[in-house]
Amino acid sequence: MSKRVLMKGNEVIGQAAIEAGCKLFFGYPITPSTEIIEYLSKYLPKAGGTVLQAEDEIGAINMCYGAACTGTRVMTASSSPGMSLKQEGISYCAAAELPVVLVNVNRTGPGLGGLGPAQSDYFQSTKGGGHGDYRLIVLAPSKSQELYDMTLEAFDLAEKYRNPVLLLTDGFLGQMMEPVELKEKPASPEVDKSWIVDGAKGRKKRIIASYSLTNEIGEANNLRWEAKYKDIKEKEQRWEEFYAEDADYLIVSYGTTGRISKSVVLNARKKGIKLGLIRPISLWPFPEKAFIPYKDKVKGIVTVELNTGQMIEDVKLAVECKVPVHLYRRQGGMLPTEDEILANVEKVFNLASEEV
Amino acid sequence: MEKVFGRPKGLTEVPFSFCPGCTHGIIMRLIGEVLEELDIIEDTIGVSPVGCAGFSQDFFTCDFVGGPHGRAQAIGTGIKRALPDKIVFTYQGDGDIAGIGTQHAIHTAARGERITSIMVNNAIYGMTGGQMAPTTLAGMKTSTSPHGRDLVINGHPIDLPKTIATLDGAVYVASVSADSPKNIIQAKKAIKKAFQVQQAGLGFSFVSVLSTCPTNWGLSPQDSLQWLRDNMMPVYKLGELKVTEEVKNL
Repeated sequence: MSKRVLMKGNEVIGQAAIEAGCKLFFGYPITPSTEIIEYLSKYLPKAGGTVLQAEDEIGAINMCYGAACTGTRVMTASSSPGMSLKQEGISYCAAAELPVVLVNVNRTGPGLGGLGPAQSDYFQSTKGGGHGDYRLIVLAPSKSQELYDMTLEAFDLAEKYRNPVLLLTDGFLGQMMEPVELKEKPASPEVDKSWIVDGAKGRKKRIIASYSLTNEIGEANNLRWEAKYKDIKEKEQRWEEFYAEDADYLIVSYGTTGRISKSVVLNARKKGIKLGLIRPISLWPFPEKAFIPYKDKVKGIVTVELNTGQMIEDVKLAVECKVPVHLYRRQGGMLPTEDEILANVEKVFNLASEEV
Repeated sequence: MEKVFGRPKGLTEVPFSFCPGCTHGIIMRLIGEVLEELDIIEDTIGVSPVGCAGFSQDFFTCDFVGGPHGRAQAIGTGIKRALPDKIVFTYQGDGDIAGIGTQHAIHTAARGERITSIMVNNAIYGMTGGQMAPTTLAGMKTSTSPHGRDLVINGHPIDLPKTIATLDGAVYVASVSADSPKNIIQAKKAIKKAFQVQQAGLGFSFVSVLSTCPTNWGLSPQDSLQWLRDNMMPVYKLGELKVTEEVKNL
């Protein structure tokens, strides 16, 4: 039974986690993510779960590590500086192949930064973040309904691939209220749990660890993880196309700016400019497949980002430098308006004369 | 012929890989015996740290989880909160629990987390080759205090069990030593009680065991034991530092 409610973005994530069967939440307060731990503190115990406010972010991610070892659905949420503190533990979760769900409500940086929305953690989220060579599955919602749907899915994906999944939102999505349909979660697929630790009753002991003192074993582990990442890259690329099919020019943008860019596309079309949008939904794996039909066709691309230009590197790789790719960005918590994005698109491609 | 002495069921057949004269093996054996005597091998999940104590994951017959340096108690907390009916213990060196992981040592105890932590204190970082630890004694030479630990520069050693005993959530805290048969018997009693405290769900239990590191101390195994008695025992006082009324009534 689903119902439509008006909720704050962060609370939507909390509600979705409960619906997904999350039984443990370990976290530490940080603006603009705090409503997630507050909401769960109130409602998770009623659903038979526990919220534990840890001594710090490092404690929280390692508690997630321990709980995930038992096969229990577990989540933590934080915001940029807090995510930096968690990186060591996230690397260990990836190495031990633990299905932990992570949420980063991206605020500005570097350093303490400010509380406004940002996409400045794109590199940290998609290229590893912590030490070693690992990948997270990274999902980027752009509205409350997606916060809900993707949180539900994150738990299944994490278990399916035995890999941490990161929901990368921002201070704008987290704080904004909008209507959302709280759907009942369909039953999760059965997954193999023959790896968990829960006491060696009637079976051989199990060890969950990532320690290898022999280089041969070390390389075998790296190859195993690499094979898994290749599989995910093949199967889990997600994106949305908007007026892309006949487009001369494309905007590529995710999350909050991806949403703003839809209006930019509509405004451009009114002016006769054939502009389209590719909105990456999975940031890792980056949706390279989305660009295959367009890299020999479109005249130019603008990425719209809330950073100094991070995703643009993946876009350039995806189009194999066959298309000029420009960046339009705002930073420090500022959001671009529809008009300034369109003005920039017109400027970089000399489109003012194409106006009708 | 009747077998009168063998490996406890709590230990695997994997031979200990420790240096000659190191007392890690004795301490692990004591835990292995306790797991067998309390019949909890199949209900126990151990957590190993980084350092020489990290090898523990191979030596016990119970399930084990290994994580980052200093984080064993946070991991243990996650396991216990997920499986409150299981027995969870951490086996950590002094550098791990009293240095890089101090915040977890304090807060795991303050929360009264129903787990057991065993600290092996040899006053030095063993695996990395003998650097100064938070527990290194005043004047003690290590590779990063080559002229002896200078209290003005490096500050004072930490007596972690003494600190933990001040926290309300810690209900059983003991400081023991693995240097002599008499002290080893005391150590086993303390370790056993710590696990019984957890079985009864009374709160956090903590046992610190004084241990040797002949390789990095630069002493023979025999001299190491005497050095421990002469130098560590006056600083890290042995005994049951905290036994709450509930624990006494066990």
